[in-house]
Amino acid sequence: MAEPKLQTAEPLTRLNPLAQKLKLRLDEDQLTNCMRCGFCLPACPTFRVRGIEAESPRGRIALMKAVADGVMDPDEAFEAQMNHCLGCRACEPACPADVKYGQLIEQARDAIEDHTTSHRWWVKGLRRTMLRGVFPKQKRMQMLGRAIALYQRTGLQRLARGSGMLKLFPAHLADMEAILPPASGQGVIERIGVRHPAKGERIATVGLFRGCIMDVMFTETNVNTVELLTEAGFEVVIPEAQNCCGALHAHSGEADDARRLARSNIAAFRAAGVEHIVTNAGGCGATLVDYDHLLHADEEWREEARWFAEHVIDISELLVRRGRLPHFCDTAAGSEPTCITYQDSCHLRNVMRTSDAPRRLMRSVEGTAYVELPEADRCCGSAGIYNITQPEMAGQLLEDKMGLVNGTGASYVLTSNPGCLLQMKLGEHRHGEGRQVEHIVDFLHKRLVPRT
Amino acid sequence: MLNEEAKAALTALLGNEGYRDDKETRVTHSYDGTPMLQALPDAVVYPSDTQQVSEIMKVLNAHRIPLVSRGSGTNLCGGTVPVEGGVVMVMHRMNRILEVDLENLTATVQPGLITKQFISHVESLGLFYPPDPSSMAISTIGGNIAECSGGLRGLKYGTTKDYVIGLEAVLASGEIIRTGGKLMKDVAGYDLTKLLVGSEGTLAIITEATLKLIPPPKAKKTMLAMYSDLYGAARTVSKIIESRIIPATLEFLDNPTIRVVDDFAKLGLPLDMAAILLIEQDGEPELVERDIARIEEICRSEQADRVEVAEDAAQALKLLTARRSAFTALARLRPTTILEDATVPRSKIADMVLEINRIAAKHNVNICTFGHAGDGNLHPTATTDARDAEEIHRVEEAFAEIFEAAIALGGTITGEHGVGIVKAPYLEWKVGAAGIALMQGIKATFDPHHLLNPGKLFAKSARRRVVIDRG
Repeated sequence: MAEPKLQTAEPLTRLNPLAQKLKLRLDEDQLTNCMRCGFCLPACPTFRVRGIEAESPRGRIALMKAVADGVMDPDEAFEAQMNHCLGCRACEPACPADVKYGQLIEQARDAIEDHTTSHRWWVKGLRRTMLRGVFPKQKRMQMLGRAIALYQRTGLQRLARGSGMLKLFPAHLADMEAILPPASGQGVIERIGVRHPAKGERIATVGLFRGCIMDVMFTETNVNTVELLTEAGFEVVIPEAQNCCGALHAHSGEADDARRLARSNIAAFRAAGVEHIVTNAGGCGATLVDYDHLLHADEEWREEARWFAEHVIDISELLVRRGRLPHFCDTAAGSEPTCITYQDSCHLRNVMRTSDAPRRLMRSVEGTAYVELPEADRCCGSAGIYNITQPEMAGQLLEDKMGLVNGTGASYVLTSNPGCLLQMKLGEHRHGEGRQVEHIVDFLHKRLVPRT
Repeated sequence: MLNEEAKAALTALLGNEGYRDDKETRVTHSYDGTPMLQALPDAVVYPSDTQQVSEIMKVLNAHRIPLVSRGSGTNLCGGTVPVEGGVVMVMHRMNRILEVDLENLTATVQPGLITKQFISHVESLGLFYPPDPSSMAISTIGGNIAECSGGLRGLKYGTTKDYVIGLEAVLASGEIIRTGGKLMKDVAGYDLTKLLVGSEGTLAIITEATLKLIPPPKAKKTMLAMYSDLYGAARTVSKIIESRIIPATLEFLDNPTIRVVDDFAKLGLPLDMAAILLIEQDGEPELVERDIARIEEICRSEQADRVEVAEDAAQALKLLTARRSAFTALARLRPTTILEDATVPRSKIADMVLEINRIAAKHNVNICTFGHAGDGNLHPTATTDARDAEEIHRVEEAFAEIFEAAIALGGTITGEHGVGIVKAPYLEWKVGAAGIALMQGIKATFDPHHLLNPGKLFAKSARRRVVIDRG
């Protein structure tokens, strides 16, 4: 028998700048922790659609490690593969070794962002403007909200739709435009103020994290969140100094900006003297619970970040765990109960690890029948701005998802995150059977029977 | 890289989707579940049917290019790492259930089918396929057959080999053979079906399998027994079997594992216990009750410190948590986890565990042992760091001694993971020089040019562990 020819790393004589940056940024411990057992493969949506090892978490980590080890040079295919990941993190609960895949993919994207040549100059410029100049500044978000509201209300939207102008955009963008909810120039604080007393005996004082996009596009949901919380016995404070969670920055590889936003949020909620930081958007929540990791190297903020991360909680979890559960009743239901189903927010389920609480709340609504959506734990393809940057894969995932939704017989699809909400609305628009898509908070709020 | 002629022939056969040789694809097919082992293939192919497999093999045979066939690449013996380069054949596209024959209680499937999907499907038809390797959520039937996978139910229900009754396979020459069939009896010549099961892709490429199904048990009950005396636990195992009771599951955790599991899952396990046994019985409800009551008596008579019998499914699940979290808890301790599967006659379990602990102390390495006590199949698991060459060397020395100890107790170097490349240097210890020569003869008959999974099973020289420091 021939002696096995074992392939060791052939050191590259000249590392390209991206390879050097990746070597610096990627956490070597996490790369080593992956033992390649393959348990993450069935959990990964892109692996399931494409069936190719490189499209799996184990494959992507192997690619990162190959670059860090100097076995391969990161090329365009490497970049594309890193961007192909949804970041849904369904691989993390499946991993026996607790590899922080979410951190690795962010480190890889962070390095790629510094070096990519695939963005054109105006894409870079627009990203910078949005990530630095708009998302972190709530006033500017509100201005943007007013602009969108103007577009929607003045007839410009009708004009755009009627004129066929939208046909100039790629189909997936025109579709997105069609399902955009009415925006608002007024956020939750402008609408109802900062402090809201508990109904009945106060259980705790909690802080609402309003979210930057959430507060402009889904102001009503924020208002409803406050009302559900006070009804359940919580005093609610909405610190004015809070800003964007930094999710879009962290996922897009702008780690420094994400850290800056994190410090400012921690300070705002610390100053408000709250016991919990409550979110109603799984995507924001997942970033907030990661603040301890984000600031782990920051000596001054490390402890504060740990406190913050430990006290972030989704509204459904807080209501179920500590609240006086209000009575919810669907009065519109006739003799047949209203059939409802639920699509998990990946980040709420896989990162915040909240999946049972929303289901318990839905089951508690009188006059409704909750049906579990098969594979509710699988990503719908929204994944932040993935549905805009990777329309093909997102479209495939959404089509598969809607096939399952259509099989439930439900007349409502509920979810816990604005991105998922829009994506499911898009799904209804393209493949649906005319059912309602709502945030779980709005659904519950409408069916709240006030205490007498 | 492959020569242009071979590449052109394979591309013509499979198209650009079915043949890939870009760096990304090669890197992501250079490993499996084995720590510290990696080698790049020259190309990867994804066949869609048996005919394509045969055509591919004819091309590779003509050019003398090696081939490694694989499913999901979860094996732990380096069995699917292409250590001599060549082509990796991924069977995922051949993943259909061709037939479930309810009259004969058999199923015919393609090799790329995920085991758990298959199990769920037959269960939905009210049938039972017992082999349940812990990787079954992603491992494939073809991979399970190639490695003769076991699982937690091996003691009562046997392993993969007991359920494979017919195969279709492609030889190195590209010829297609069929063995066995939907037959419960078949003595027409040598049993090639059994020969191919567990042959680790070195004899042929399995392209279709006929599997035996059985009716599922009607009831199941779970219990847990804890011992401060290791021999008490071991005697319990022997005595259960002596009493003519074959439990569905009879699992074991040693003290180091108990500590790690408790630290991870916060189960409140007594940390001074030397061993925990997790026992399950299934079958007719009356029989299950009677067996569990009898086992409980045996546990107590062998001085178990604590015995808990689950009252319902929820409680059973809680008892199972300790065993189920063992691998996860160990995997989180250190960056690298090396899981072995030395196996001894079940009467020798206690002696083997003590040997493992002695050897671990001698080499100053951390080894926790858990596993299938009922069939003597233990999983001594070393937690270490691939980046520490000196420690890895000590781990290797310790495992060599553990294999030696297992054989001295009448056992084997591997119960269910396979030989692959990792245990090739030790195979001769188990089967002897004449045994190796015979196996090499069989290999040469099937595969005269050594194209199928070369470098596996047979080491150039015995007693040297082959690892590399990258991967």
